[in-house]
Amino acid sequence: MTAATTIATGSPPDLDAFREQARAWLREHAPAPSPVTDIEAARAFQAALYDAGFAGITWPQDVGGRGLSTAYQQAFSDEEACYELPTYPFTIGLGMCGPTVNDLGTPEQRTRYLPRLLRGEDIWCQLFSEPGAGSDVASLQTRAVLDGDSWVVDGQKVWTTNAQWADFGALLARTDPDRPKHSGLTMFVVDMHAPGVTVRPLKDMSGRAPFNEIYFDSVRIPADAVIGEVNGGWHAAVTMLGHERVSIGSRRRPKTNPLDFTAITALARRLGVSGEPATRERLAELYVRERVLELFNVRLRQEAAAGIAPGARGSVAKLAGSMLARLAVDTVGEIAGPEIVAWDPDDATGAAVALGINSTPSSSIAGGTNEIQRGIIGDRVLGLPKEPSVDRGVPFRELKVGTQA
Amino acid sequence: MRLVLTQEQQALRAAVRDLLTDRAASAQVRAAMESETGTDRDLWTRLGRDLDVLGLVVPEEYGGAGAGHVERAVVQEELGRALAPTPFLGSAVLATDALLALDDEEARRELLPRLVSGELIATVAVAERGAPWGPGATTATASGDGWTLDGTKTPVVAGDLADVLLVVAITPDGPAWFRVDAADVERTTLATLDPTRRLAKVVLRGTPARKLESADPAGALERVADLATVALAAEQLGGLQRVLEMATDYAKVRVQFGRAIGSYQAVKHGLADVHSDWELGLSALRYAAWAADEAPDEVPVASALVATFFGPAYFKAAEACVQYHGGIGYTWEHDAHLYYKRAKSTELLFGAPGRDRARLADRLGV
Repeated sequence: MTAATTIATGSPPDLDAFREQARAWLREHAPAPSPVTDIEAARAFQAALYDAGFAGITWPQDVGGRGLSTAYQQAFSDEEACYELPTYPFTIGLGMCGPTVNDLGTPEQRTRYLPRLLRGEDIWCQLFSEPGAGSDVASLQTRAVLDGDSWVVDGQKVWTTNAQWADFGALLARTDPDRPKHSGLTMFVVDMHAPGVTVRPLKDMSGRAPFNEIYFDSVRIPADAVIGEVNGGWHAAVTMLGHERVSIGSRRRPKTNPLDFTAITALARRLGVSGEPATRERLAELYVRERVLELFNVRLRQEAAAGIAPGARGSVAKLAGSMLARLAVDTVGEIAGPEIVAWDPDDATGAAVALGINSTPSSSIAGGTNEIQRGIIGDRVLGLPKEPSVDRGVPFRELKVGTQA
Repeated sequence: MRLVLTQEQQALRAAVRDLLTDRAASAQVRAAMESETGTDRDLWTRLGRDLDVLGLVVPEEYGGAGAGHVERAVVQEELGRALAPTPFLGSAVLATDALLALDDEEARRELLPRLVSGELIATVAVAERGAPWGPGATTATASGDGWTLDGTKTPVVAGDLADVLLVVAITPDGPAWFRVDAADVERTTLATLDPTRRLAKVVLRGTPARKLESADPAGALERVADLATVALAAEQLGGLQRVLEMATDYAKVRVQFGRAIGSYQAVKHGLADVHSDWELGLSALRYAAWAADEAPDEVPVASALVATFFGPAYFKAAEACVQYHGGIGYTWEHDAHLYYKRAKSTELLFGAPGRDRARLADRLGV
């Protein structure tokens, strides 16, 4: 019998004892951070987390979770914040796909997928975005056509994180183009190893390839792979995006960020400019924006623990994070000047700063652009009137979508 | 740290907001602003007598509520939101904090209970031209049993209303604090950028003064400045929230080109940015107030943090409020200008953004 099942059958543990347990376990088992992802090591670590009772802390017990309140998850997250755990390949599955299957899946789907996810046996990815459907994801064009007792999928997805390792994907596809765009979509579980699925790495402007392009060429999906209702995919997508927002909001930034206040201050000292009034001004401003965002996130977590949902305010954190990243790019440039234009090939700081500068644009695009976040804040938090839409009630077939000359 | 209000703190907010909704609506604020004293004595009495919120940071032994800075920040937020014309910042913040930071038991016993009830108004006179937190050039000369002061303090918050002034002046041994009766000074009500908060010039010419006991007068001044900065930030937060509400409400009902203007992204996104600043600032302010109660070591940085954040953020929000109201926002009749002026005035009252950033950099060790 594993530790998790032993604990799961008892009454809820004392919160402080749980925290203490987590701390002790992490101290003993957390591996040293590694710049490259070793997928087998990640699976083994996730399995160990599960055995120790720290996977699926808030998930229901019938699928292998602990069935505890968010306060326990919070306690674990607080302790985990001191480490860089190799759980990255599981973030999409555990943070988004799993919770959605739990909310909307059939009992059979829940028992088939969720325990394996918790134990690190399956890696998931999310298949929403397309070359023609970014911010307006409901305009996606990947088709799923019913053929006998299975669906046949054709189309292309993009910006798919973790797909290079994924065993399953949560796919959003168009099942009825005669309906208005939001009401003709269906969510499926797709086996990423099925014939006709091609995964290609997509190189981004920083030179790395953390994303993938996925091609579906007559991929057959069984009828029981629908998550939620046929043509109810938008509801499923919104459910998943709600989990995504929570998941992004609670995600902590890496321990070492070459463009944070501490790092840029150290750089300024090394360059001998830290005493200049202009440098001090810039650093103070950066500190302020970094600190207020940190405090906002602390407040959101405290409110969540007190039962106040973050709601659309996750958009504030997302927006503020990306504005902070842009400010940091300005700040480091102002302070370092030509030093970050060229550096010795073996100077790790130069490379790290350059990567920071070149990857910052993703922060205001990925996971909802700043423009979309401001729209969400305006519509849902401030209750401002929505923009008139030309696509409401119009069959998808008749809409302009994607990039049109 | 705790960044979420308790039930009691929320109830306190509701009580203060109820009173201010009733007694400090726009017409009442404007009446007070145009009155001779620039203040609303009746409102002041109610804050002291009915709500008992003038001594939230004062220990019970001096007649206070023995609550804390988080509670006081809640009250300040509401006062800032309403632009309530009261001497709160001078009396319940500056003078109260000074008495608590100094070591003069006699002055505490004599003054604090009367400040808490509101029957007496006091303030701190430290600012001089070019030196908002002194020590300035005002001198103290020993004379018989007491001292006499010479110099000019300006601007003095609530300086025209105060019965008692706590003055920082230079003695041969360095800066010290003195108690002066308002009857013994020359006061001029200054012309102000912000018509809802009176400021005065106080001239001391051989003014008799009693020296207040303090083991560390300079340290006390620093503590007073830091706490006043946090209190002012609470006021800025309340004002920021109000201008955001005003602009948002208007953007929902004002129709141009056949649509509510709030449906246009140019307006919606601008308001979303103001809202984000409010959420971020609220978190920072709660932290600074918590630090004032629970983590004194963190106050210097926390205070500089909120000063640096709120000065520009509130003014930007107030500017946006005028802007999104368009022409009507530029009229005297609309309240937008009162917040605009309050925002700019509070941004500069204790310094200026550049100096705030320099102070923060000092405290961060940069």
